[in-house]
Amino acid sequence: MFRYTKLTLLREVGLWALALLFLAPFYFLVTTALKPDNELFTTSALAPPTSPDFSNFVDVLTATGNSNVVMGLVNSAIITAGSIVGLIALGSITGYVISRSTRRWSKGAYYLFLIAIILPGQLGAVPLYMGARALGLTGSAWGLIILYTGMLLPLSIFLYANFFRGLGTDYEEAATIDGASKSQIFSKVVFPMMAPATGTVTIFAGLIVWNDFFTSLIFLGGSANQTLPVAMYYYIGSLVSQWNSIFAIVIVSMIPILALFLFAQKRFIQGFSGGLKG
Amino acid sequence: MTATMQPKSEAAEAPRRGKRTPGTGENTRPRRGPMQFGHWWWALPGIALVFAIHYVATGIGGFFAFTNWTGIGSFKITGWANFEAIFKDPTKLGALSNTLFLAFGSVLLGNIAGLVIALGLNRVLKTRYILRTLFFMPVVLSPLATAYIWKYIFDFDGPLNAFLTAIGAGDQAKPWLADPQWAIWTVLVVLVWSSTGFAMVIFMAGLAGVPVEVEEAAAIDGANLWQRFRNVTLPAIRPAVAIATTLGIVQGLRVFDPIMALTGGGPAGATETLATLVYKQAFALGNFGGGAALALVLAAIILIFAVLQQRLTRSNPED
Repeated sequence: MFRYTKLTLLREVGLWALALLFLAPFYFLVTTALKPDNELFTTSALAPPTSPDFSNFVDVLTATGNSNVVMGLVNSAIITAGSIVGLIALGSITGYVISRSTRRWSKGAYYLFLIAIILPGQLGAVPLYMGARALGLTGSAWGLIILYTGMLLPLSIFLYANFFRGLGTDYEEAATIDGASKSQIFSKVVFPMMAPATGTVTIFAGLIVWNDFFTSLIFLGGSANQTLPVAMYYYIGSLVSQWNSIFAIVIVSMIPILALFLFAQKRFIQGFSGGLKG
Repeated sequence: MTATMQPKSEAAEAPRRGKRTPGTGENTRPRRGPMQFGHWWWALPGIALVFAIHYVATGIGGFFAFTNWTGIGSFKITGWANFEAIFKDPTKLGALSNTLFLAFGSVLLGNIAGLVIALGLNRVLKTRYILRTLFFMPVVLSPLATAYIWKYIFDFDGPLNAFLTAIGAGDQAKPWLADPQWAIWTVLVVLVWSSTGFAMVIFMAGLAGVPVEVEEAAAIDGANLWQRFRNVTLPAIRPAVAIATTLGIVQGLRVFDPIMALTGGGPAGATETLATLVYKQAFALGNFGGGAALALVLAAIILIFAVLQQRLTRSNPED
């Protein structure tokens, strides 16, 4: 019934045309970044550069101070990795307990987390900043890791709790009969089983933390530990309509995440759809 | 990206399902006394952290919504004055309507585009996985990077105007982002561009669950393409529609980064939303009380629409 017909071919060609149109912004991004300064205004915005030039990228990678991109890459990587570890550790254990507990408070806790997911962050931003400053957590990677862990924890707990709800208790019962302790059951039996949920949490949290601009701008303000988006923001702030330089740093900033996505795209897309399917 | 408000969403999908007794929630768990697995206090660190960062901070922020606090120094409790000011100020009401326009516009267009692409990619296509990857690419980009790319495209010397000139429509060229009439549409385009891929994968996952046999049977019975979509496919992907639209609305109502980077709310407030206004009031204009009141209004709107959306699109009533 559903064979590959001429109509299917037509559909395939049409979708490719649509995809190319959809991805046209990437074409402008790359061609403009490769234009030397003098070509920026002499060539059409639609045309590729006549003599491609990588000097914009050299400038980006050697920038210092607030817009030190290499430093930003390192900081972003540390903060993202730290937040993911925190979210997996706290999210898995909390999600496990609230979904396995039969006590009444566990349901209350579940809704506590659910509502926290949709509260808009701006309302708490100033009190949070004052609290973090009083505790000496502003301006450091540690402070930001704790903050991101707390901010995204409801999402992580939610994903884990839903995962456990669909998971029977057979394995845990078997382990109990074999004499395993509660903490052994969790670390040796349950944690390995929740790999799909852990994958989803890693992808969601990784993307959100890596790409986040607002939180790191406020909480790292003025310190030397800038994240990549903030470094990009400062770098671009010093340029007016220098689109070739702007796009060079935009490309540098998106290469890590895009490379990771293309490398593990199946995992990414499964993480997105699997974690959210109804 | 945030998750959904659908409590049972993973339940049906999780692999390695164990034995489950019929019924939902509490009844399915073993009855041999409370807390057979894990200790209840294991949840304490997580609960404490969420409580401190989400509820305490939001609660304090909410309290200041009823004060005239500037962000530093002393303050007076002013009751509902901040809220009255919101509903008397045309710029704030304008921001409210912009917020709703962008949220619903991006959800509608992004989901239609995502659904059309997902239907197009469904079944027999040879390159469907490559195409899926390509359409999903914008989703992983940071909103900041995305906004810079589009800022150039809509620039007066940018590709869009160059294209219009090339096809002989040069008189239509304009500074899109600085045009009070067009600026909000450009923001909408950017939001749709970055959310289409997300809606697409959710719909593709939903479509994968539609049994081929049912579709074939409908086709053999003489149902045309539209009838098949309307009566077979659509009911089967309703959960996917619910998830994609709820998420989109919650995200769309609090959209911040792209607008700040694209237009900064301008020109003359034409693209101002509640989220950008909250930021400006609380952080730039030293009116934290007013900003907090706006944030409270935004939170209420998000909650209302999230709940409404869940009710309207819920797949089956006993869920």
